[in-house]
Amino acid sequence: MKVVLAALLVALVTSSARSDEALDTRLKALENELRCLVCQNQTLADSNAPLAEDLRKEVRDLATGGKSDAEIRDYLVARYGDFVLYRPPVKSTTYLLWFGPFMLLAGGVATWWVLVRRRARVRANSGASPPSAGESAAAARALLDD
Amino acid sequence: MKALRWSLPLAIFLVILGFLFVGLFRDPREVPSPLIGKPAPAFSLSQLHQPERTLTTTDMRGQVWLLNVWASWCVSCRVEHPLLVDLARANIVPVIGLAYKDKRDDGLGWLKANGDPYKLSIVDQDGRVGIDFGVYGVPETFVIDKAGIIRYKQIGPLTADALKQTILPLVRELQRS
Repeated sequence: MKVVLAALLVALVTSSARSDEALDTRLKALENELRCLVCQNQTLADSNAPLAEDLRKEVRDLATGGKSDAEIRDYLVARYGDFVLYRPPVKSTTYLLWFGPFMLLAGGVATWWVLVRRRARVRANSGASPPSAGESAAAARALLDD
Repeated sequence: MKALRWSLPLAIFLVILGFLFVGLFRDPREVPSPLIGKPAPAFSLSQLHQPERTLTTTDMRGQVWLLNVWASWCVSCRVEHPLLVDLARANIVPVIGLAYKDKRDDGLGWLKANGDPYKLSIVDQDGRVGIDFGVYGVPETFVIDKAGIIRYKQIGPLTADALKQTILPLVRELQRS
């Protein structure tokens, strides 16, 4: 009887420890994506500000109360705005933020393409053929010998 | 095509210049509150002077009021305090004081020393109501209309300019409607 009881106790303790660990890693991941409003370049996980402590406690309470990560995020966004999220949501006001860099990249590629084409055309029109391998090697050697 | 060669970089330069110039006058610490235009969060807090009595959001229905979040440990609250005292004297709009994460005795002592401009003071000892209101930098001041909707939020100390140019005109407009 005693053995069974002890085994049960051990099982209980280890299982609760395991779920605590799972909760901790989950909260850690969540807090790393949330911004501390007081020291704006720190995450909720990193910050020692009193408000960050309160918010960490709040997040933990919500999580143990059965709220999902998305619900916790919504809870904070409703109070502090999208600014608490380190990963800004994709919506009409953030299209430029999300897609701007790709537009710039596309613009750069297009410019590069146009320039290359134009240079090729100029070379073709002037009738000069690109230097042969031997010529290039000779030019390179001349440069190195200098 | 030739003209594009110098006009395009110039245009890009001017656009960047414009963004940087506007950026000079913006305060990154002021985060726009998502609560503006939304009902003030419901609360029921114990009063500072009479702990056994509470104040709830619904008690303020039907009037325009200001909620000033302050604390005895907050340094910049001292800066805005004379303005609040003047405002109370002018008797334009009731101001409710919310002592944020403050000990009751500290709050009472602070009000005794600096003057009490509040129609009523409440205490949010654990900061839960502060979180509901999205408070992150004390002092903060909310303008709340007759229907209990938050209309404006001042982050940081009140200034004479902010009062005269934004808050009081807004209060008068809300009182008329």
